[in-house]
Amino acid sequence: MPAVIPEDSVGIVQPQKIEFNKPLQLSCGRVLESYHLMVETYGELNADASNAILICHALSGNHHVAGYHSLDDKKPGWWDSAIGPGKAIDTTKFFVIGLNNLGGCHGSSGPNQLNPETGKPYGPDFPIITVDDWVESQARLADHFGIEQFAAVIGGSLGGMQALQWSINYPDRLRHCMVIAAAPKLSAQNIAFNEVARQAISKDPQFHDGHYYAQNEVPKVGLMLARMLGHITYLSDDGMRSKFGRELRSGQISYDFTPQFEVESYLRYQGERFSTEFDANTYLLMTKALDYFDPTALEGKPLSEVLAKAKAKFMVISFTTDWRFSPERSREIVDALVDADKQVSYAEIEAAQGHDAFLIPIPRYLDVFNAYMQRIEADTDSMTSKGAF
Amino acid sequence: MRADLDLIKEWVEPGKRVLDLCCGDGELLHYLHKEKQASGYGLEIGPENITECIAKGVNVIEKDIEEGLASIKDNTFDTVIMTQAIQIMMRPDEIIDEMLRIGKECIVTFPNFGHWRARGYLAFRGQMPVSKFLPYTWYNTPNTHFCTFKDFERLCVERNIYIMDRTVVDNEHQHRWWIHLWPNMLGEIAIYRITK
Repeated sequence: MPAVIPEDSVGIVQPQKIEFNKPLQLSCGRVLESYHLMVETYGELNADASNAILICHALSGNHHVAGYHSLDDKKPGWWDSAIGPGKAIDTTKFFVIGLNNLGGCHGSSGPNQLNPETGKPYGPDFPIITVDDWVESQARLADHFGIEQFAAVIGGSLGGMQALQWSINYPDRLRHCMVIAAAPKLSAQNIAFNEVARQAISKDPQFHDGHYYAQNEVPKVGLMLARMLGHITYLSDDGMRSKFGRELRSGQISYDFTPQFEVESYLRYQGERFSTEFDANTYLLMTKALDYFDPTALEGKPLSEVLAKAKAKFMVISFTTDWRFSPERSREIVDALVDADKQVSYAEIEAAQGHDAFLIPIPRYLDVFNAYMQRIEADTDSMTSKGAF
Repeated sequence: MRADLDLIKEWVEPGKRVLDLCCGDGELLHYLHKEKQASGYGLEIGPENITECIAKGVNVIEKDIEEGLASIKDNTFDTVIMTQAIQIMMRPDEIIDEMLRIGKECIVTFPNFGHWRARGYLAFRGQMPVSKFLPYTWYNTPNTHFCTFKDFERLCVERNIYIMDRTVVDNEHQHRWWIHLWPNMLGEIAIYRITK
């Protein structure tokens, strides 16, 4: 609990549930007749709705991006370091929207929510969702708020992929696109890791083919293993070495299978915590959305040609020790954007924290972020003044 | 504006697509964008410079050009510029080849090691020249490939590179009529506009 809410925090925030009754055609061929999204907003939307920023979340993120739900919260939202009054994404200037994506497990329509047609949780019957579907649902969310064009769509990791897809699907609806620690599509290695995670979950005896809600059980072990595996890919070898090394919890080896190395107990702790907070069916869906992400798949053209229709200005950021989505993968995006003659800037941030670095307020990362936000602000101001004349 | 940049801008026509290698804080690109509606990017590796470019609204890409420009397709740019950096490259000849591959024309500026001051320093002191303009000593200089105007032009002949324009200025980047009497002796900075 924060003793006092920090001055640069958005403070106590309240999520809102927004209902959509227009059927949503999904990439998988199925239709969601109605759905709802959990949303948080920070800051004020200006009169011409030109100062809105959409934050897209990654695999395990949600709508609670910044601030606190109550004074009892141990931690603020997942990207509180970047969002608040006077922070990089300054909520005194921008209207910031965070949402829980479709298929999520934090209140938006997803496996753990009731299917209005059956009155029971969707469970494994919730349709497979793609990044395209998310962009479509986010566009409708923008309509709900009366936002014609976002000042920026910003995301890290899987969130960065949504931002990139936005620039292709709705070229006129965003002025800036920030793609952080992402990739233009997953590699075989990325998919392989996801598959191990999915196997861990679906082979857990308490998974019950995804119908575990009715059994009042949770595939805790599977979810824990999936998270432990994922967590390793979020850290770097260097980062793990400096954080844990070969430190022992009790100072000596006990020649048994209890966790003795610090890194073991850390991973177990992270895995266990996650297994009580996250839904297994959602984890399966999110990893599938990652695997299927490929903006070139539909048209069968190179990324540069697919990006030809984009109109946004791009800021691409990667981190040196990120091996989940390495700098090379970000450079693929940058090369395609250069090839397509798009406006793009790219920074490769020296950081030991691996993929996780995108959530950490590293000084140079913040410098770049702040500098680019100035640009977004200047473009937003010029929109507003244009509108006034 | 740095005076060599002031001269270069005259060689970039309005609306062109420009790539500035080692673009520094983006001053030239910022000018070309504002005054000449040029588009394009700067490549840079200095963190402060990159932040400065972004803040100015200059499109900058963090890239070490020593690692090559292979990801950029042939003739992507109208003009590829490199100011005061050719002498710090590991292989200036390869960089120039690459610049001419990805750009229709190139602008290169570099300090002239054939200037009388440098010649005099080596001739009379027997030491590698150190001056306000060339402040490094031999063991810590980033300038590993100094050349003279003559050397550069010889490279152009060998590689069939056509020199479209050239100008020579002193260290204050001023044209002086007398420099042109003996440019390789009197000029301190060379500015070449080349194409294949």
